[in-house]
Amino acid sequence: MSRSFDVIVIGGGHAGVEAAAASARLGADTALVTHKYSTIGEMSCNPAIGGLGKGHLVREIDALDGLMGRVADKAGIQFRLLNRSKGPAVRGPRAQADRKLYRQAMQAEISSQANLTVVEAAVCGFIIENGVVVGVTTEAGESIRSPAVVLTTGTFLAGLIHIGERKIPAGRVGEPPAQGISEQLRLGGLRLGRLKTGTPARLDGRTICWSALEEQKGDAVPSPFSFMTDRITGRQVSCFITQTTRATHQAIAANIHRSPLYSGQIEGTGPRYCPSIEDKIHRFKDKSSHQIFLEPEGLDDPTIYPNGISTSLPEDVQEQFIRTIPGLENVVILRPGYAIEYDFVDPRELSHGLEVKAMPGLFLAGQINGTTGYEEAAAQGLVAGLNAARKVAGNAPASFDRAEGYLGVMVDDLVLRGVTEPYRMFTSRAEYRLSLRADNADQRLTPKGIALGLVGAYRQKRFSERMLVLEHARDLAGQLGMTSAAAARIGLKVNQDGLRRSALDFMAMPEVGPEKVSEIWPEIAALPEFAREALFADSLYAGYSARQMADVVALRKEDQIQLPADIDYANLPSLSSEIRQKLTRVQPRTLGQASRIEGMTPAALGCLLGHIKRQSLRKSG
Amino acid sequence: MNNTDTIYAVSSGSGMAGIAVIRLSGSQVSKLVAGIAGSLPKPRAASVRRLLDPVSKEIIDQALVLWMPGPNSVTGEDVAEFHVHGSIAVIDALFAALENHEGVRLAEAGEFTRRAFSNNRMDLVEAEGLADLLHARTEAQRRMAVNHLLGHASSIYETWRNELIAISAHLEAAIDFVDEEGVAEAAMRGVKIRITELIDVLRRAVAQSDRAGVLRSGVKVVFAGAPNVGKSSLLNLVASREAAIVSSRPGTTRDVIEVSIVLDGVPILLTDTAGLRLASCDEIENIGMQRARSEIAAGDIVVWVSSPDVAADVDAPVIPDILVFNKLDLLGDNSIHPRNNPGFGISVKTGVGLDRFLQELKRLVIERFGGMEQAVVVRSRQKSAVEDSIRYLNESLVHDVDHIELAAECLRGACYSMARITGRVDVEDLLGKIFSEFCIGK
Repeated sequence: MSRSFDVIVIGGGHAGVEAAAASARLGADTALVTHKYSTIGEMSCNPAIGGLGKGHLVREIDALDGLMGRVADKAGIQFRLLNRSKGPAVRGPRAQADRKLYRQAMQAEISSQANLTVVEAAVCGFIIENGVVVGVTTEAGESIRSPAVVLTTGTFLAGLIHIGERKIPAGRVGEPPAQGISEQLRLGGLRLGRLKTGTPARLDGRTICWSALEEQKGDAVPSPFSFMTDRITGRQVSCFITQTTRATHQAIAANIHRSPLYSGQIEGTGPRYCPSIEDKIHRFKDKSSHQIFLEPEGLDDPTIYPNGISTSLPEDVQEQFIRTIPGLENVVILRPGYAIEYDFVDPRELSHGLEVKAMPGLFLAGQINGTTGYEEAAAQGLVAGLNAARKVAGNAPASFDRAEGYLGVMVDDLVLRGVTEPYRMFTSRAEYRLSLRADNADQRLTPKGIALGLVGAYRQKRFSERMLVLEHARDLAGQLGMTSAAAARIGLKVNQDGLRRSALDFMAMPEVGPEKVSEIWPEIAALPEFAREALFADSLYAGYSARQMADVVALRKEDQIQLPADIDYANLPSLSSEIRQKLTRVQPRTLGQASRIEGMTPAALGCLLGHIKRQSLRKSG
Repeated sequence: MNNTDTIYAVSSGSGMAGIAVIRLSGSQVSKLVAGIAGSLPKPRAASVRRLLDPVSKEIIDQALVLWMPGPNSVTGEDVAEFHVHGSIAVIDALFAALENHEGVRLAEAGEFTRRAFSNNRMDLVEAEGLADLLHARTEAQRRMAVNHLLGHASSIYETWRNELIAISAHLEAAIDFVDEEGVAEAAMRGVKIRITELIDVLRRAVAQSDRAGVLRSGVKVVFAGAPNVGKSSLLNLVASREAAIVSSRPGTTRDVIEVSIVLDGVPILLTDTAGLRLASCDEIENIGMQRARSEIAAGDIVVWVSSPDVAADVDAPVIPDILVFNKLDLLGDNSIHPRNNPGFGISVKTGVGLDRFLQELKRLVIERFGGMEQAVVVRSRQKSAVEDSIRYLNESLVHDVDHIELAAECLRGACYSMARITGRVDVEDLLGKIFSEFCIGK
């Protein structure tokens, strides 16, 4: 039996669904191959979406008509805008999600997507002809053919769960790992490595003494992720906060030798920003207590996710230390925490379109590329699905650069610099942070999404309406204004220089600010909130955006200087051997890409530039 | 110029000398040395070899041969040195043996250093230090250059860079890890003080740089006064007494003459100027006086000369650092006694008082410019980068915690500016700092 599609996406996690949906939106006949339809959109770890940097990614996915933002808005049960008191560039939307609602909403999106077929099967390998991937084979013996395959294995690739001394081959609890694929990737010449991540025990909320704990409410008015969501309608709940005690630390310290992390049983590298509780206690000995957030996994689900005590200690030790925590004295553990090790592919094997350079037709997205996080995975899925469909249609790869979005920053970091620990997005990774805001993701990316064919008709309409409102708001705020004398008359502290300032100028002045401006000009107050916020962000960062624009121009100029594909770095002896190796491994396509490789020096770039100049002289002469 | 060529040059300077050192660098060095010295000596050990022309088999010289395989060599490539007898004939014969190979050629000026730099054997500050060392004329210049070459200055830049990274990391932690318990508060504690302290340190370094720059170009000592008080003769006398290096600045106008000397290891530029008096009708003399005034303004030390036989009709345009009363020999019994005259009484003609004057000059030079060998910010490239950093740091102090992203942006600018000297600050540097200092991870 044999079927064929334009694009096959393997895996129904956060990367897989975005890849499949993006490919289908482009019109490619797409198959989403996953073990079980019912686990599509599963949140394997914490029941939350967004955060700093991550929330930016969700907005960008949404601006390209991806699924994550809309689904999270339907499933969100506690919304918080992080850094609300700081400037708009560093505000990050975040929400606790009901895991069941999230799955349901995601599965509804997938089943209503045209051109998309879900195939329930376990993939055991690729069909490779003449070095090119042309399909997959399943454990049931079926061959499914397609000219482009997107692989999103998450933690399933040779996954190995550790709970204390116990080792269980698995991709998630109770689900078998994918074993044969790693070998085929190695045979294709790819470098694989091993990473580790962890998750805490799940608790039965009915056995927690809530009254003793501090409550953390969500925002009074939730900020949705999606530009398409007007307001959040679902019921909202609170999280609660507790903390470890001296007794907790003693219980862990007394059993640290039983942690596979410390016994040497775990080989993979874990993320520094998401350490296990045993790691935190070991590394920050002077800290007598660590905070724990008790996050509900659903409205009608008693399961509680205790954020902050990820662990791989044995089950008996987990129970022992968890019960030393205030509120959890009599708690029932529904499922123990664990660490999981899995294979990943060195992302320097990929192009900016996330296609494997050595295995054309194969695209990778998500944790297989060394990242962590639902949002990072989803964003890559979108890029991979987009490019798989473009390849099938005979179009050139499409990518996003560092000045366009966090999406571009992440892919550029991955493919040029590789990873040493699971890669997570932070706002500090984005050098153009002031212009890459969560609030303007649609302005930055939707036009490009429309041009690429990623954006549906309804969103296009909504987007152009929003743009009209914004345009009107900008005109208005530029035209309205008053002289310094007039400002003084109504009590504003303004330098008496006789100049006329616009409403936009007044917004940026700390002594005046956006609220005061709305009071002075009712026309501004009458604008929709998103437009007023956009005006404020524009005015606040105006001085800096000029500086950043100059940087962006320099970036794009360097990215236009092409490096020939046949450049032989081994024969450029004025490069250090370390840099020669890195260049050979990454094979940058432009001088700009070369400049962003870790450890690159100005001298080496000068030498590269000199070399290609001489080459082109030789060719033209 | 081809970067892949093997290069050679006399590294011991031009002119006759007992020993001449010929240095080679590049991929063909091992082949060349084996051909000329018979075989490749033990690495990094001095070996005496008979050098033969590989074609004619004639003996070139008996020489010391050093073989230093890359990458742990001065240029990062294979390097060898022939220490031959310093005669032109020997050098010519050796060059003849080297030059007939494809891809082997005489090095261009600075090419060894350039290769060391591009092979990461030397950072920019060190490379500049070497350039200064090769040009150092005086002991103080040499000490400053050695200080840079050995990386002392680089290590100070490194501490500045680390402090910038630390401050940036704190701001970034307060932004990216705001939902982590206590991180934002802990990160912001004392940050403004650290910024202010760093600004102070950088400012002091820049101030020192203005004085250290003098060490590179020479302390400018300007002799000024009315016409015919003996300025030029005094200058010539000083120059001949201390004549380490005397070189008149060629092509200058008759009205400003400069002579370089070395005083206690410090390079000095003695500058003679046209005599100053009330405006004359002579256009050329007026131009000369104009130039004299600008030299006086640019002088590091101004020596104002007067004499009993000349009635000066203008005052010194600046407060002079040293007053000299010349022509003591002209003083008769009824002249003004030198004790009633401020400054140093001397006679250029008889040499009286000259030692005391020179002592005072040395004291001033040491007081103002001594100890500058330790200066870190020396070149204008370095100075402008540090000044840019200071500007960004100052700007960062304007923003309060509500707009910490703008303060962080300024710190990014400060890091980028410093990176022009020390190399790039990577986001991984910041993250590494954050994760080592704060307990991150719920």
